[in-house]
Amino acid sequence: MLKSSQSVMKPIWQVRLRRALHYGDRPWQVLLIAISAIVIVLMLAVGGLLWVRSAGARSAFGWSFLTPTANPNWDPVNDKFQAWPFLYGTLETSLFAILLALPIGIGIAIFLAEISPAWLRTPLTWLVELLAAIPSVVYGLWGIFVFLPKVVAPIGVFLGDTIGKVSVLGDLFTGPIPASGSSRLAASLILTIMIIPTIAAVTRDVFLAIPNSQREAAKALGATEWETIWQVLIPYGRSGILGAVILGLGRALGETMAVTMVIGNSIQGGISLLDPGYSMASIIANEFAEAVSQLHTDALIEIGLILFIITLLLNILARFLVWRVARQAPQEARS
Amino acid sequence: MSTFSELMNRNRTARARQRKTTNALMLGLTALLTLLALVPLFWIIGYVILRGGKAINLDFFIHMPTPMGVAGGGVLSAIEGSLVVTLLAAIFAIPPGVLAAFYAARYPNTPLGVALRFSTDVLAGIPSIVVGLFAYIVLVVPTKHYSGLAGGAALAVLMLPTIIRTTEEMLKLVPHTLREASLGLGASEWKTSLSVLFPAAMNGIVTGFLLALARAAGETAPLLMTALGNERFDIGQIITSGVQGHQSVFTIIGRIINQPVDTLPLALWKYAQQPYPERVELAWAVALVLMLFVLIINVSARVWIQTRARKMKG
Repeated sequence: MLKSSQSVMKPIWQVRLRRALHYGDRPWQVLLIAISAIVIVLMLAVGGLLWVRSAGARSAFGWSFLTPTANPNWDPVNDKFQAWPFLYGTLETSLFAILLALPIGIGIAIFLAEISPAWLRTPLTWLVELLAAIPSVVYGLWGIFVFLPKVVAPIGVFLGDTIGKVSVLGDLFTGPIPASGSSRLAASLILTIMIIPTIAAVTRDVFLAIPNSQREAAKALGATEWETIWQVLIPYGRSGILGAVILGLGRALGETMAVTMVIGNSIQGGISLLDPGYSMASIIANEFAEAVSQLHTDALIEIGLILFIITLLLNILARFLVWRVARQAPQEARS
Repeated sequence: MSTFSELMNRNRTARARQRKTTNALMLGLTALLTLLALVPLFWIIGYVILRGGKAINLDFFIHMPTPMGVAGGGVLSAIEGSLVVTLLAAIFAIPPGVLAAFYAARYPNTPLGVALRFSTDVLAGIPSIVVGLFAYIVLVVPTKHYSGLAGGAALAVLMLPTIIRTTEEMLKLVPHTLREASLGLGASEWKTSLSVLFPAAMNGIVTGFLLALARAAGETAPLLMTALGNERFDIGQIITSGVQGHQSVFTIIGRIINQPVDTLPLALWKYAQQPYPERVELAWAVALVLMLFVLIINVSARVWIQTRARKMKG
């Protein structure tokens, strides 16, 4: 009785405020919501600001910035910019890296999820994931002084002498590779090593999410272990594996330091993998801090914007595919 | 007369043998591929330890860099810079990351929760160099100078998704009964969150911080256009001159974070491209320090997280 009469005497907002502060739930919730909103705004701001800041380059060059050309123009002194060589370099190195990393990554995932003895599983998984933990500059340094001369240059010479002589496919492998080994091939091979952990980890999770009934059914029909994997598990997890490929591609496209250190940084150069080239991330890394004009800066930011858009789309697609697989097999997941 | 069924049988055994061989071959191949992937890992680690181990000494840690072409010297400026930038990143990223994770774990299916988790995924996928451009636009353009502050902010954006995700996962591992017991005793939502859920998930969350920090400490690309690099960065000198000039603590901190700084990865990147052999040796030493730092944090964090998760589940 007394309490209620007190609360009538006080203005209602004061009571509410005191109660809210005492229990603290309202401010706490507001705080959480505000912070979550900030994270969302942050994501939008990255895209938005890159869009706004690249306006100069976008209005000056329009689509000709991106269209393929035989003799690209990247001339900071005269303010003429075309991004095609970087786009091409990024796409070629990343796709080639995916081509190599995919079978290796799937093989590792199969071994880790299906074949490996239990005691070996965790340490091996960790070791493969450690590959992703080594800093990119360390990859680059090792690349320059060890990987290029010992591995890339011999492979490049071999490829140039064999596939390079074939008529159509050979255009991608026309030699000779520079003596130092710096080339798109080097970038692709380093990228391969760097994205293997991503592909292997995601594919392994896909395999682990496949219900055991699938394996049991296949084996009951007399399939060998490999036939079970090849004819049942891989088709079952197809879209999840596609998701892994796309995630790996996203990593490869944005990889900067290691690529910049081994790709040769040359704007000229044909379409061959054995030529030195340039990638989108590496032109930004090399020129941004020393950009000579406003338009130069804008052009580099536009390249960043393109990179952002590509990786954004790839991420959305990958999440969608992985989510679809997860929905397919909600119960019965092995772990 | 060899009967039809005999032929069939021979065919069948041949086919069975072939299937068995394929099976053994392909399974062996997957093991081989796993080994193949470990070759570069051990090659890099081994080579960096051998080469960097030769170049490293005490001077490396306590001296400033010498001018180009002069032997000796260390990377004190880069070590100090790395500490400053990583510390700033942690300050910027950890509090909002943890709070956002509370939201994501508590309300995963509200519209805001879905949008939050999607944004986290997108942020995790943005190339680090693009994040660098973002920090440049937000912090370097308005202040008109490169700074450790901008570098720290860029790294914070990179750390944020990792922190949100690991914290969210760890909070989800806390048994429901704990939260219900706390609410049942009359504790409010925020009190339950901060004094029951958070301590229960503490160990996992801290390892999440460590993993994010290790990743950030090895980042180079976003620092190229934010922290820029500065071989003469010297905290000791800034502090002594500040104290002698009777400046306030805030002025001194402001001077430390408002100028370009060197970090270990930036130093490595610069030294690796210089034509002086002693600089290249220094680069290997930096690589060794960086790699050991990252690997040790990584391995210990994983061991810790694994044991915690097992304990909580059991």
